[in-house]
Amino acid sequence: MIEAMAPNPIAKIYGEPILEVPHDLYIPPDALEVFLEQFEGPLDLLLYLIRKENINVLDIPMAQLTVQYLEYVEMMRAKTLELAAEYLLMAAMLIEIKSRMLLPQPVAAALEEDPRAELVRRLLEYEQMKLAAQGLNELPQAGRDFALVQVVFDEAVAERLPDVNPADLRSAWLALLTRASVQRHHRITREQLSVRDYMSRILRRLQETRYVQFNDLFDAAQGIAVLVVIFLALLELARERLVELAQQAAYAPIYVKLRSGPLLAVE
Amino acid sequence: MEDTTMDIGQVKKVLEVALLTTQEPLALAELKKLFDEDLSSDALRRILEELRTDWEERSVELTQVASGWRFRARPEFQRYLDRVNPIRPPRYSRAVMETLAIIAYRQPVTRGDIENIRGVTVSTNIIRALEERGWIDVVGHREVPGRPALYATTKSLLDDLNLRSLDELPPLDDLGALVETAGEQTELPVAPEPEAVPQPQPQPELYEDRRRAAAA
Repeated sequence: MIEAMAPNPIAKIYGEPILEVPHDLYIPPDALEVFLEQFEGPLDLLLYLIRKENINVLDIPMAQLTVQYLEYVEMMRAKTLELAAEYLLMAAMLIEIKSRMLLPQPVAAALEEDPRAELVRRLLEYEQMKLAAQGLNELPQAGRDFALVQVVFDEAVAERLPDVNPADLRSAWLALLTRASVQRHHRITREQLSVRDYMSRILRRLQETRYVQFNDLFDAAQGIAVLVVIFLALLELARERLVELAQQAAYAPIYVKLRSGPLLAVE
Repeated sequence: MEDTTMDIGQVKKVLEVALLTTQEPLALAELKKLFDEDLSSDALRRILEELRTDWEERSVELTQVASGWRFRARPEFQRYLDRVNPIRPPRYSRAVMETLAIIAYRQPVTRGDIENIRGVTVSTNIIRALEERGWIDVVGHREVPGRPALYATTKSLLDDLNLRSLDELPPLDDLGALVETAGEQTELPVAPEPEAVPQPQPQPELYEDRRRAAAA
């Protein structure tokens, strides 16, 4: 019953009729500011008002337009937006045009230009450029809307290291073995050698130095078992693409280096 | 001397490799340097046209722009490329684009001319951004007090827009037509929203404000 008596509730929230427009919920806090910021100056704002009200550009009702314009300018001031002087200048100009239109026209001055003519000319000229800007922005732009093509041919551009073939690795390995066998120690103690452990060690070492010479990873004094594990660790690292093996030329030292790129991104 | 026996197929391949390995457009004069024999510009142009036709069905096309010939990826494939690199250059703000439009269509113009048309001060940042982009430059000074600089657009702008000359810019709306379009533009002009992740933008004035797009 009460509801029925209430004068046209705007809305109902949780069954309660709402009679008044809430004052602060109405516009999202920043919307007005954003709305006003969208104008690229007084001409843009005027143009918006004219187009919105479907006003004939050749016969602008100055009083109506000026009032609306000043309302927006007031809003901008209330929002303490930094109000460019151009907006105030335009306000003054609008009022001037309006007052000149109010003046009685002497017969001799009948040929004088409509006081609005200059404003209309500027508005249209601005609108033309505004539309042109939109058109320009829609043209596909290199780098933004299409890519340029370049096939790499200069070897110096990307550092390219020769690949290592298995035979090189094998001979390097054999050379190490020979050296190791010369200084072989016989130990009885049994060591738990984990390939994974040595992989980490190699990686850790590479974190500091970025790359290391293949031979330097091996200390022949550690005995064959350790060398084998290191070698396996190295192969495993290479297989998992965590390190790269590179050799500048045949018989040149082999380098072990961290693969570039994020370490963890490797599947 | 082997060049004298070079057939058209070979010429085409040489042009192709030169154009594919260069990102900047190559002018006819430069392309001529590829060959020992003296190829006429007409002949060269004909072969380039043939080459363009050869690539017609591919994702990459040969185009002629202000500074010469170059290959580019067809724009319709950009959205796939963007997936690999979601950081795209931000779109310029309306202030920048309007300034550029005035320079492009009314060149050569001074800053004062631009301000007259736009009705607001043109900030130095906008001019500088366009200069740094290589899209505009100073081509002289107007002989009036203060000798203001005259700005014009560069070949590089045309290259970036894949145009051969200023004539190929979209035509301006006729002023008379604008008088009659009353009421067509009741919507607030909202520039198309950039689809990709925006980069950090140190100079918000130059680029589109994300908030605008969000609120609209």
